[in-house]
Amino acid sequence: MGATPHQRVGTPLTRVLLIGISLAFLGALLFAPLAMVFATAFGAGWQAWFSGLADSDTAAAIRLTLTATAIVVPLNTLFGVCAAWCIAKFEFRGKSVLLTLIDLPLAVSPVVSGLIYVLLFGAQGWFGAWLQEHEISIIFAVPGIVLATMFVTFPYVARELIPLMQQLGNDEEEAAITLGAGGWFTFFHVTLPRIRWGLLYGVILCNARAMGEFGAVSVVSGNIRGMTTTMPLHIENLYQDYNIAGAFAVASLLSLLAVVTLIIKTLLEWRTGIRHR
Amino acid sequence: MRWRREPSVIPGFGITFGFTTFFLCALVLLPLSALVAKGAGMDWQRFVAVVTDPRAVASYKLSFGASLVAASINIVFGFIVAWTLVRYRFPGRRFIDAIIDMPFALPTAVSGLALSAVFAANGWLGQYLEPYGIKVVYAPLGITIALTLIGMPFVVRTVQPALEELPRDVEEAAATLGASPAYTFLRVILPAVLPAMLTGFTLAFARAVGEYGSITFIAGNIPMQTEITPLLIIIRLDEYDYAAAAAIGCVMLAISFAMLLAINLLQLWGRRRISASARR
Repeated sequence: MGATPHQRVGTPLTRVLLIGISLAFLGALLFAPLAMVFATAFGAGWQAWFSGLADSDTAAAIRLTLTATAIVVPLNTLFGVCAAWCIAKFEFRGKSVLLTLIDLPLAVSPVVSGLIYVLLFGAQGWFGAWLQEHEISIIFAVPGIVLATMFVTFPYVARELIPLMQQLGNDEEEAAITLGAGGWFTFFHVTLPRIRWGLLYGVILCNARAMGEFGAVSVVSGNIRGMTTTMPLHIENLYQDYNIAGAFAVASLLSLLAVVTLIIKTLLEWRTGIRHR
Repeated sequence: MRWRREPSVIPGFGITFGFTTFFLCALVLLPLSALVAKGAGMDWQRFVAVVTDPRAVASYKLSFGASLVAASINIVFGFIVAWTLVRYRFPGRRFIDAIIDMPFALPTAVSGLALSAVFAANGWLGQYLEPYGIKVVYAPLGITIALTLIGMPFVVRTVQPALEELPRDVEEAAATLGASPAYTFLRVILPAVLPAMLTGFTLAFARAVGEYGSITFIAGNIPMQTEITPLLIIIRLDEYDYAAAAAIGCVMLAISFAMLLAINLLQLWGRRRISASARR
């Protein structure tokens, strides 16, 4: 063996072998399914794709997904910023409890995430009778879908911002406050410019999960077509109707969302050098 | 009681702490306590009967078995992928690196639908397995493949940084001293990345046990055969048997807590080892 400075463990053969195994593994698991979605969705041409989407239930599903996401993502962004400010800027007792609670939804099964809201707001739930009296429906209605989606996605922004803000430290904010700047001014002019890319990173991941959530939403939605069916649930309905073209057309929209999310995410990582997980 | 320990000139503690705590209590603690209360409020014998029902036991076996196999596949192939990405330079490496996170961004319903088409008897990959009598769709194998897909990034993304931190000269030194590649791998590389590998394994396993979306498409949901535990909860809910659903939900919640604890302990172990080796 030569003593070159860049000598590596293993021969060129292992190198080729390991790269080959990696590509085969990822090819079968990642590329094949993704290519399948686009090949099936666009296989019969653009017109077939459009007609697969031109259905009032599909349009309703797209609208509902966009509505729910438009409520969930801003609220969770607000929560994420608040939680990060509280945890990163101050030292207080019970901080680790708060951090554990923020992480908790990531560990809970999506089906359990839906179930807990059924037990709270369903007909037999804690607030079921009261809600029925006041004719408010949460379960099998849009509010339930929003709540369940909020539960599964709320760690995303907070988890991105907390380590970032802890790493940035308090010095600049303290300087601004000492020089007489107000709290809001300090946040918008000192903190926000420094965390904006991390914030955007968290928001797009939160958005992708919110639009794609299946398990939790399927428990609380009741799957009433045209009313409480989100895009992922609608894929299942179409699939069970043997409307394969329709199912893949909707799936291609969500795959496009995933591809765009991944592109933005990668660009942000290259720009800032941060790495998720 | 004073919550705040260290005084600070930065404003906004009260409002952010209040809002965060309120949000967490309303959205997480209250609903989760509704589940625990429902489970605890059940007659003990009925709780045990529901939780140990043969159909439920069959679903645990499947959920755990498939998740365990999927996480094991991922620990092997995830390591190889992470190694390839960290140590080798080849065309398309950055693209591969970016696409690893695809399962985080791709809705589970889409991956389930796509996998069931790819591995169908006449699908792109299923057609090569079908002549050998290997059935993927509507079989435990299909469930395992779907769980492997969703767990893969967890293993790659935890092993990758550990490999990046592992100095290359350590392996070079081992090779120069005459160690075989296998010996170097077992005695030098593996011990250094073991905590990360186990953390990734546990994360992938925890995610897989609770997974539902991608499985509904590929499993076929045959009772006692391809029925996972989350599906059983949904079936009990459809029967309006909320108590039974809550009981099985409590079992799953307990598993989630155990996993969370395991992950935290593993990460602690990993950090201790790093700081211990830094002191040396």
